[in-house]
Amino acid sequence: MLRRFGQVAVLLALLLAEIPAVMAALPMLLASFGMGLIFLFPPLAWMVRYFAELNRRLMREWTGVPIEAPYLPEPPPPVRQPDGMYRSDRTLYRSPRVPAWNNRWKWLLTDPATWRDGLWLLLDPVVKLLLLPAFLLVPGRGLRVYAIWSNWVLGATAASRLAGQVSHLRRTRNLAADSQAAEMRRIERDLHDGAQARLVAIGMTLGAVEALVDNDPTAAKALLAKARESSSETLTELRRVIRGIHPPVLAERGLGDAVRALAMDSAMQVSVTVDLPGRLEAPVEAAAYFAVSELLSNAARHGDARTAEVDISTNDSDLRITVTDDGMGGADPAKGSGLSGIERRLSAFDGVLALNSPPGGPTTVTMDLPAVLPGSSGRKRACLPRRKLLVVAALWATAWCPTFPQGIVAGVVKALGGEEKSWFLALYLPEVWQWPVIFGMIGLGIFMHFMAMRIPATHDPERWMRGATPGKPWRLE
Amino acid sequence: MSRVLIAEDLYLLRDGLVHLLQAHGFTVVAAVESGPELLKGLLELRPDVSIVDVRLPPTFTDEGLQAALAARAKVPGLPILVLSQHVEQLYARELLADGSGAIGYLLKDRVFNATQFVDAVRRVAEGGTAMDPEVIAKLLASNARNEPLAALTPREREVLEAMAEGRSNAGISQRLYLSESAVAKHTASIFAKLGLAPSDDDNRRVLAVLAYLNSR
Repeated sequence: MLRRFGQVAVLLALLLAEIPAVMAALPMLLASFGMGLIFLFPPLAWMVRYFAELNRRLMREWTGVPIEAPYLPEPPPPVRQPDGMYRSDRTLYRSPRVPAWNNRWKWLLTDPATWRDGLWLLLDPVVKLLLLPAFLLVPGRGLRVYAIWSNWVLGATAASRLAGQVSHLRRTRNLAADSQAAEMRRIERDLHDGAQARLVAIGMTLGAVEALVDNDPTAAKALLAKARESSSETLTELRRVIRGIHPPVLAERGLGDAVRALAMDSAMQVSVTVDLPGRLEAPVEAAAYFAVSELLSNAARHGDARTAEVDISTNDSDLRITVTDDGMGGADPAKGSGLSGIERRLSAFDGVLALNSPPGGPTTVTMDLPAVLPGSSGRKRACLPRRKLLVVAALWATAWCPTFPQGIVAGVVKALGGEEKSWFLALYLPEVWQWPVIFGMIGLGIFMHFMAMRIPATHDPERWMRGATPGKPWRLE
Repeated sequence: MSRVLIAEDLYLLRDGLVHLLQAHGFTVVAAVESGPELLKGLLELRPDVSIVDVRLPPTFTDEGLQAALAARAKVPGLPILVLSQHVEQLYARELLADGSGAIGYLLKDRVFNATQFVDAVRRVAEGGTAMDPEVIAKLLASNARNEPLAALTPREREVLEAMAEGRSNAGISQRLYLSESAVAKHTASIFAKLGLAPSDDDNRRVLAVLAYLNSR
């Protein structure tokens, strides 16, 4: 209780800083837009953001109301063009400073969160004064109400969440595209230097055989044997390349058996536990397989491990893979490219990698791939927006009234010729209107039931999300 | 004259196998190209030996291998030689698991050497085994830390490899340029070191070695 009062006191004391801030903000705003002193706007926005962030943090810590920051992601730094200039809209600059400043200015200006923050700061003194009685009498409740108000003004919106998702997706897409391109280059090199060169050699040998076969059959025979040997080697080479692209066991048996086959071929003693309901999608399988393969070979090569354990399990629609080895530990993603390569591969599926490798071992790597299993819909369930939810609830709450008492029951009473009018609306009307109104009531009731079922059934979360997309999340040129 | 069934989805290879085996005195009773046809053929025709590709239509996964395992579960010891573009310890262990012999598992490249390939087919038809050297190498590699195996001399190891591929004493002596009596001496020593019961029957001897390698 005493702590609550302390917290209330801090909130009220903050007013001492907030009120001068508002007093300063208004002329600054006026100056930056009315008089064209636009350089005043960013410091103003940062100041408002500082107060908003402080309030979010305090509310999170004191009341547990999780207020997410709603800001759009910061614009990326300007990209240097081939001619060494930096572009901002239709102007070229020599240094990146001006375009960067422009981008940040636009970012602050177009982010709705900036203006919501400003609104909050402007209203905050009033709200705090209105809540003053609650703060003094029931400080716990008062703080909670204040936190809910803060969340409402300062919390994340569908638009800001989407914008965050968009920038995350853009980053992971770039990573995935990069790693795929690198894979393609590696395969091209392997085929070019290996199989292709060997086939050229075989072709040349066969040409020589053709020339020799009449005059020197013995030499021709020897060359043919050589060509056959070379074709065997080419096949071995191709098998190696294919294993690097997509291992045949993986295609034939799926992740579980492919990892078992990997474990058998490993120099370590590897035990494998698999609990999978069925086959995963091919790209997920491949990413998971190569991750395990890389981890096992790391453990054997760098960690000097003798035994390892692989555990593949599912949780609802998430895939979790744990690889443990008894090596000497001390693995560091910053040192080798192996672990960061795995992270890149997994990030295409929103997967994350957690590494626990104290010096001296053991090393445990846990990889989580969310929502990759087919069929489970736990995460994809449509979530109705609040407005629609209210409509559906109101429909269910009232639809019985026209259908039964005002419709069917009134009709039965009228058909049986009962005298009692009770609260059957239709029976108070002139005789001609009674039946039409009764049927109208039944029709209305059925329609309301129908709509109450139809709205959630046809609600398409994706379409709704598209509708909620902000106009300009942040445009990359 | 042995009756052979061939299951292979690539026309050229299927045709080549048919010609090769006919030229060596086999009778090809059926040449099929899909998993369900194969299983039906195996169970109805009961061929003396079947040559089966691992990957077959309709699913192009391990259809052929599954059909072979299913047929051998119903008819124990039905002789089947499995061909594949790649060899896996996992598949080899599954094929060897029933321990009844008359099984082969070779890379498709081995067809290049017609005499050796036909030799392998005959061996499987007679109830022996024909394991690809690559499979044996992998099995031995995964047993590398096994104490008794590490105690073998290099020569004994070579004999063990040849034996695990399914060769008889005569075959081993030919391949390693040893006298048959020397091979017999080496095998006796290997069996003593691995703690296996000696046996004069070639096939049973091979199965014992494979079961030993398989037991890890």
